[in-house]
Amino acid sequence: MDQSELRRLERQCIQEEAPQCTAACPLHVDVKQFCALMARRRFDKAWGVLAKTLPLPGVLARLCDGPCRDECVRKDAGGAIRVDLLERACAANAKPVGPPKSLPSRHKSVAVVGGTLTGLSATWELARRGFNVTLFCGTPGDCLSAVPASVLPEGVLARELEGLASMGAEIKEGVPPTPELLDSLAEEKDAVFLDTDDLPESMRDFGTPDEITLGTGRAGVFASRAGETSPVLQAAAGRRAANSMERYTQGVSMVSDRGLEGPYETRLFTSLDKVEPVPPVETDAVYSETEARDEAKRCLQCECLECVKVCEYLKHYKYYPKVYARRIYNNESIVMGTRQANGMINSCMLCGLCKAVCPEDFDMGDVCLEARRTMVEKGTMPPSAHDFALRDMAFALGERCTLARHAPGASASEYVFFPGCQLAASDPGGVEAAYADLRARLGDVGLMLRCCGAPSHWAGRVSLFEESVAELKSAWNSLGGPKIIAACPTCMKTLRSALPDAEIVSQWSVLRALGLPEGTRNGTETLAVNDPCAARHDAVLREDVRALLEGAGVPVAEPELTGEYTECCGFGGLLSEANPELGMKVSERRAGAMEEDFITYCVMCRDMIARTGKRAMHLYDLLYPASDDPAARPSPGYSARRENRVRLREGMLRDLWGEDAGPGAEPYESVRVAFTDQAAANLEARRILVSDVQKVLFHARASGKRFVHGETGRFLVRHRPVVVTYWVEFEETGDGYLVHNAWSHRMKIAGER
Amino acid sequence: MSVIKVPEAEIGGWRCATCDEDLSMRVVNLEYLDSVFTVELPACPKCGMVLIPENLALGKMHQVEQLLEDK
Repeated sequence: MDQSELRRLERQCIQEEAPQCTAACPLHVDVKQFCALMARRRFDKAWGVLAKTLPLPGVLARLCDGPCRDECVRKDAGGAIRVDLLERACAANAKPVGPPKSLPSRHKSVAVVGGTLTGLSATWELARRGFNVTLFCGTPGDCLSAVPASVLPEGVLARELEGLASMGAEIKEGVPPTPELLDSLAEEKDAVFLDTDDLPESMRDFGTPDEITLGTGRAGVFASRAGETSPVLQAAAGRRAANSMERYTQGVSMVSDRGLEGPYETRLFTSLDKVEPVPPVETDAVYSETEARDEAKRCLQCECLECVKVCEYLKHYKYYPKVYARRIYNNESIVMGTRQANGMINSCMLCGLCKAVCPEDFDMGDVCLEARRTMVEKGTMPPSAHDFALRDMAFALGERCTLARHAPGASASEYVFFPGCQLAASDPGGVEAAYADLRARLGDVGLMLRCCGAPSHWAGRVSLFEESVAELKSAWNSLGGPKIIAACPTCMKTLRSALPDAEIVSQWSVLRALGLPEGTRNGTETLAVNDPCAARHDAVLREDVRALLEGAGVPVAEPELTGEYTECCGFGGLLSEANPELGMKVSERRAGAMEEDFITYCVMCRDMIARTGKRAMHLYDLLYPASDDPAARPSPGYSARRENRVRLREGMLRDLWGEDAGPGAEPYESVRVAFTDQAAANLEARRILVSDVQKVLFHARASGKRFVHGETGRFLVRHRPVVVTYWVEFEETGDGYLVHNAWSHRMKIAGER
Repeated sequence: MSVIKVPEAEIGGWRCATCDEDLSMRVVNLEYLDSVFTVELPACPKCGMVLIPENLALGKMHQVEQLLEDK
């Protein structure tokens, strides 16, 4: 990620954009913060928010006509927040504060001619910025004399004028504006502002001031546009003039980057989903404290967070994509030191839900996948992050798990069935039944058993993925390039990008066309349908599955996040490998989304949901039923998954093709091993395979090296097959071993072989 | 380099079955990703076989591995 890419990403995430109220306010008051404080009756603090931004806050807070209300997001859920009334309530309840401290003097002398709210505001802004400012006027704020005391109590204006003076502004009262005065000021001062509404008609001969700069034809002389009646727009004109005078005296561009000075449009999106309409608190006078609190509580505290609301991963790291993009950029920039974002980068499910819900299409998955690729390329990918998953992929691509065959007795294939390595690992019986069904009804359907390569893609291992694609292509070509019937949505997605020439159809489309298999379990109770994230952009696939369920008479319920907006089960992007705890949280979130048992068509979704204890079925469990209560089937462990793949291939070769499985078992597999329940659970949690334990015991038997425990009499041995050292604690039984515990580490004892 | 002593490096009742010896603490180098740590660990005084107890492997050692992986 280079800096321009970071900028692009930071801009794409709108969470930090200004809320509609602040953007619409000509003075950009932080209305959101103001309301948050008012809702907690923190009037003094709330006043601080107003006084920070408003010139003559005591006056303006009472006169503000609330132009923000036209843009308030709440207007469509009961009515816009009455910020004008809240400001009045705040002014009535808060302790007045002194004027802001002026910046150190700039040694620039400027003048303001005219004392309506526009001229007073300009004077305030200029004094605050360290200008030596002199205000020439008749009676300052004379235009406010008509405002009733109920709105602007006596003394408020006087106090603000005192504030002006204490900020260093000089107020010359009773000076009538004349052309001569203007001439002399234009001569003497560094810049002059004319409050047009306080000038006699005879002096308004400078035409209409420029909209952006309020410049007149005369250098250094700025003027407001006549006839502005809104107090807050008058104050905004004063501020605009002060900005121009500051630029003018600094000799910088008068026009660049002034788009955000007045009201502007913001891109912030705030959802009204689940927001109850509540009408504004009405009053004829000034809100009481509790009325003000209740009105302020209606403020939605606008923010986007659309992605964070639906994603446990984005929520887990406590911020939002704009911050995450910056962290990833920083992570990549580190030469020496700790890369603190590695875990975050490797925990994204790459499921695409954030992009689906984002008003600006921000895809955290794209950013994380690219970051993973960069880490792999630079050699900074933590070795342990995806090691186990990649070893599993290598196993699923090994000779004991792979097969590419025409149907028994056939020499060509119109179709080939591609169940995917996880379906083979979780439900080998289902794969066998599905293959038999396809052959029975479609004729010569070949079979390909292998992994599609998705884990290497998710791990950011580009070259490993390319290797697996090349092998896949060659296996597919060896069958004459048949149409592929895929059962796994992730395989489908991967195959479609890896084999662009192949015709790929889902098994569910085929079954929809062929009709339900004989023996389909019909009419169960209502099931919650779970779309896997790989089906997010495949409406046809989702529809085929629902048609099959309807055909089987299964009433379905849809989770809130479904279809295009489905959420990940925790397996996507190798989350559950890189960050098991968060992976479990994601699975639990999905599992808890529905009361009903789940039905899905991705076996990893099925297993990830099932491992939380939630009842879940794969579509095979309905179409090719093998047990009475498939929803209760536990998720098979890592070792069982490997064994299932091997046994499936062996069984099919033997039963369908009448062949031996070919490469036989490894010598260490002869080690007979049993596990206590605790040991079995430890193995699974620590990602230690039964075969790893067998290797250790096999090796120890040969070396004779072992520890013995003085009390239990158990033995302890270790072995490091490649990059992980495994320890196994066991007792010897008649013909083998009972394992009590096992653990592992990657750190190596120096000199250890 | 100073020797790191870790409380998790307990002998915990283990003996070397091969040499029939009680274990004693020994200074050992541990390596991971181009880093070397000198640690005192239980080992057989005769054959030198080093013990890495479960608590050490899954606790401090794992933490250090993760830290080094992020370096």
